[in-house]
Amino acid sequence: MKLSISAGYFRFILTPGLLMAVGLCFWFVLAYKPPAAWTEAEKAIINSFSLARLPALPVDRSNAVSTDIRAAEMGHALFFDARLSVNQQISCATCHRPELRFTDGLDKARALGESRRNTPSIAGLSYSPWLYWDGRRDSLWSQALSPLEDPQEQGSNRMYIARFVTEDPEYGKQYQLLFGELPNFTDRSRFPNDAGPELKSEWFAAWQGMSEGDQDIVNRTFSNVGKVIAAYERLMVPGSSRFDEYAQALVEGDDERAEEILSNDEIKGLGLFIGDARCVECHNGPLFTNFEFHNTGIISYPGDLPDRGRVDGVREVRSDPFNCQGSYSELEPQQCLELIHAREGLELIGAMKTPSLRNLEGTAPYMHKGQIKTLAQTLDHYNEAPFAMIGHNEAEEISGMLSYELKQLEAFLLSLQAPIAVDERWLQAP
Amino acid sequence: MLRKSLVLTAMLILQTFCWAVFAQGSGKSVWLSENELFQVSFESQLNPIVINQIHSWKLQVMTAEGKAVSDAVISVKGGMPEHNHGLATAPSIEASGDGNYLLQGLRFHMMGYWELELSITQGSISDTVIVTLDL
Repeated sequence: MKLSISAGYFRFILTPGLLMAVGLCFWFVLAYKPPAAWTEAEKAIINSFSLARLPALPVDRSNAVSTDIRAAEMGHALFFDARLSVNQQISCATCHRPELRFTDGLDKARALGESRRNTPSIAGLSYSPWLYWDGRRDSLWSQALSPLEDPQEQGSNRMYIARFVTEDPEYGKQYQLLFGELPNFTDRSRFPNDAGPELKSEWFAAWQGMSEGDQDIVNRTFSNVGKVIAAYERLMVPGSSRFDEYAQALVEGDDERAEEILSNDEIKGLGLFIGDARCVECHNGPLFTNFEFHNTGIISYPGDLPDRGRVDGVREVRSDPFNCQGSYSELEPQQCLELIHAREGLELIGAMKTPSLRNLEGTAPYMHKGQIKTLAQTLDHYNEAPFAMIGHNEAEEISGMLSYELKQLEAFLLSLQAPIAVDERWLQAP
Repeated sequence: MLRKSLVLTAMLILQTFCWAVFAQGSGKSVWLSENELFQVSFESQLNPIVINQIHSWKLQVMTAEGKAVSDAVISVKGGMPEHNHGLATAPSIEASGDGNYLLQGLRFHMMGYWELELSITQGSISDTVIVTLDL
């Protein structure tokens, strides 16, 4: 009797206990063993992500004032100016809040109404050939025009904007210095108060009542407003993070200093990032994005149909009168290589532009409609790799991370945090 | 003996150099078509080729005997076979005379192994060249 009790005791309590202890030891060894030294190939990959490898700020040759600091100053004021909106209460900065790295903390943007998608940051976007989640614009300046007229965003119209900017004493002076002669919009029979194509019926009717020549004057003035806002936005690039310091230390061969910059978990997260987790396939280069379009099986926003993404975006950008090949671009049509060679086709159904991974903290929720609320849940999504609701999930083979590995990946991603690399004054209303 | 080993060393160095150029995929190297009807060499505008930058290549197309092919129609497609996806862009090819062609609008958006398939048709003859790149 006594013997059978101790055998049972052994079988039911000691055996699982021992197994758990062995398991825990194994777990600790895996999770807490120091990271292995990098190979030269790995070091080269890590270095390719360093901000030191980011090319100089791109010059948008479709925008004559892209690099003009006077344009950036004027764009700075316009970016924060709520008078550009129909209700005089909404500026670009209402959704692109500098204190939130130019995002708004919401799932979908809310201005006059609810927008279709999540507000992306503008930091580093001057490096992107495409704007918006679906790439429906091909320059910062053509993008900047869109919310001004969007009924869910600033809800204004190009006639109003063109007149407001050129007739305002301060903006008018700046505009004249940048673009030469000011247009004369005083004749209300030619230039009504409000007008714009494909806007609400009375504004559209007013637009259709204008001559083509007058429409062109308004369009040109309107496009110039976008170009000065773009000159401001171009300056916003992410600053150097702890990861960049780490990469620099590795380049200098100072492994000892490197190890003081990132923790073991962060270093192991970096190893997974460039290795088994396969994040680098899309999140590559110093901005951790290839600015390309991928379907990664993100579930639809509750109540919304699955988003068609790039497959529609590419059509829209081709028909945008303010695109690189349009009359308001400074480039000749044959110089617009990205637009000419933009890919179309079924692969792009449900595909959205890869976002940068710099500054993820404070920019939640994530994905094109803010469907995923936290970084940990985002990593879970990629680990689970679900089927796409429409199209094909390109990342469906990426899985198999253990829970401690997901935490290491998250720790690494948070090491990319850094302030925007501009003087503080640009981040506040002038 | 010394001369022999010097020659051997020189050959080794030359071979290593050729391999370096070949493996980089951005220098000039010659690619033979599958049925050995054409050979293609290319020179990239970007050297070395880096990811995420749109750029062009100058192609030179020759017959297997090394004669310039100026009147071919060439189409291009490509991608990463390991990831089952195509190119990020839709490149185009235009003839520029003397067997030269301009391949425009290439942008590789991931690091790794890429294949570029050039389908060359000259009159009734067609063949395919597969250029491989490790970026």
